[in-house]
Amino acid sequence: MTGGHTPRLAFGSGNGRYVEHIIQVENLYKRFGKVTAVDGVSFSVAKGEFFGLLGPNGAGKTSTIRMLYGFSPPSAGVIRVFGINIEDGWREVKARIGVCHQENTLDPDLSVVQNLHIFAGYFSVPPDEARNRAEELLEFFALSHKKHAKVAELSGGMARRLILARALINRPDLLVLDEPTTGLDPQSRHQLWDKLDALKRSGITVVITTHYMEEAAQLCDRLVIVDHGKILVEGSPESLIAEHAGRHVIEVEGPDESLRKFVVDRNIAHEDLEHRLILYTSEDASINDTIREKFCMDKCTFRNGTLEDVFLRLTGRELRE
Amino acid sequence: MIRLDTISWRFFKVWKRNLVTYQKIWKVSFITPLLEPMLFILAFGLGFSGIIDAVSYAGADFSYTQFMAPALIAVAVMYNAFFETTYASFVRMYYQKTFDGMLATPLSLEEIIIAEIVWSATKATAAAAIMMTVLGVLGFVDFPAGLLILPTALLGGLAFGAVGLFFTGVTPSIEMFNLPIFLFITPMFLFSGTFFPVSNLPAWARPLALAFPLHHLVEMVRGFGLGAHETSSLLSLAYLVVFSVVFTLAALAAMRRRLIK
Ligand SMILES: Nc1ncnc2c1ncn2[C@@H]1O[C@H](COP(=O)(O)OP(=O)(O)OP(=O)(O)O)[C@@H](O)[C@H]1O
Ligand SMILES: [Mg+2]
Repeated sequence: MTGGHTPRLAFGSGNGRYVEHIIQVENLYKRFGKVTAVDGVSFSVAKGEFFGLLGPNGAGKTSTIRMLYGFSPPSAGVIRVFGINIEDGWREVKARIGVCHQENTLDPDLSVVQNLHIFAGYFSVPPDEARNRAEELLEFFALSHKKHAKVAELSGGMARRLILARALINRPDLLVLDEPTTGLDPQSRHQLWDKLDALKRSGITVVITTHYMEEAAQLCDRLVIVDHGKILVEGSPESLIAEHAGRHVIEVEGPDESLRKFVVDRNIAHEDLEHRLILYTSEDASINDTIREKFCMDKCTFRNGTLEDVFLRLTGRELRE
Repeated sequence: MIRLDTISWRFFKVWKRNLVTYQKIWKVSFITPLLEPMLFILAFGLGFSGIIDAVSYAGADFSYTQFMAPALIAVAVMYNAFFETTYASFVRMYYQKTFDGMLATPLSLEEIIIAEIVWSATKATAAAAIMMTVLGVLGFVDFPAGLLILPTALLGGLAFGAVGLFFTGVTPSIEMFNLPIFLFITPMFLFSGTFFPVSNLPAWARPLALAFPLHHLVEMVRGFGLGAHETSSLLSLAYLVVFSVVFTLAALAAMRRRLIK
């Protein structure tokens, strides 16, 4: 499978088992003229892991991903995929990756099934084998009835599914997905999640970017949040929520000065949005009760901390770009 | 930067992709080369009869239609190849993101570029073959020497495909193709010895015509199809080979600069 290269082995964190690293990125930089899109990023992804790359618009996610699959040369830094330095072994690495671009790169001159056949050819999959795989993938992604349709006739959800099917035509060991669910309705999104879940069980490694925090929390084993080309935090969704948002969050509409004073006196982690106060109160039941009894004049929402809280706390609330 | 180490036979896969899309429209694509030569011969044969008796070219006299017929093939090669790697390649590259998709596979950018150029030459040769057959039936092409028009068309296709793709690599937008067409293609169409012999031009203008790749393509096609030419075929062959190589390298450099960010 690896054609002579042995993937590098390294100790996994804590449990002492050997972990096979599918991706190792060290000190990666990408500059476009004066803009530094990726500013010294290091991370690694283990075999079978579902790894998320989150960040606001322009954070550098797509730039990072493009370097990962050998499309764009790094300004500095080293990328190893399957233990192979991508600069030397780009062809071998690309042969084992499936990529789902942020924008639609389906071939509109070809029909649905031709998109799969021709793409298989780029990977040197023999025609008979390509036909079998195409049938299988169309079936899996519920596209069999559109087999001979033009790409332009597909709905957004179907087009996304076809892009994913195309990314799997070479039976990749690593799947790279740049915002695979952007613009999809909830039905299509949930369907795609199901498919991704099924793929995950087959042992494939996935790197995914998304702006849907719920999606990241549900799919990712581990993720990083990046901003301005730098990694802010890394961890599992649960650990990041526990560390940066706490288990309990209270949103108070129209907070008054006494609440503000209370929050400052008690040293409660919070964000003040003028008309709304967001309190990260963790497990402290007494504080929660006090707020419920004394300060909830107008409207209070008691809820669990989410990845969205973590994201907004770390990257701020201002608009980007 | 020009990279040649990334080129392998895999370019053939991209060539095949273009063939598959061509097969969907081939019937339409065949109509032009089938009918165009008949239309030209008819128009010029009728329109010029009685005005121009004979064209004296390379020391002999030819009827005007005899003189002009081989040039039609050369012009078709130019337009087919050049339009394929300008407008059609630009649409694939810029609007359809076809190259972006391909670059997520084991293909290299250089293989895609070579495939686009070779494809444009293939398409130009197919058009040339049809026109040659039509003109042959009408008695305007000498066989078997005329068969050498096919490899000549392939070479001419490579030359115009390469220069077209170079323009695609540097053009800011699709509208800007008007510029090379107006400044490069149209003058060539008129002054390359297509509709009148270059020897008819004033002395100062003749070297200009000799600098045009279309002139050399016309001369070679006429040499094989009519058995007469003014410019040495060896010189024309060398010119077209050098032109193809230079602009293939220029296209590789321009496209790498444009697409690899
Ligand atoms: N080809 C390019 N030339 C110049 N600047 C670029 C180029 N590509 C990206 N950038 C810049 O690099 C930065 C990071 O862009 P990138 O596309 O990686 O962000 P992103 O995290 O994928 O954003 P989004 O969520 O909007 O997709 C941005 O400031 C962008 O303008
Ligand atoms: Mg992006």
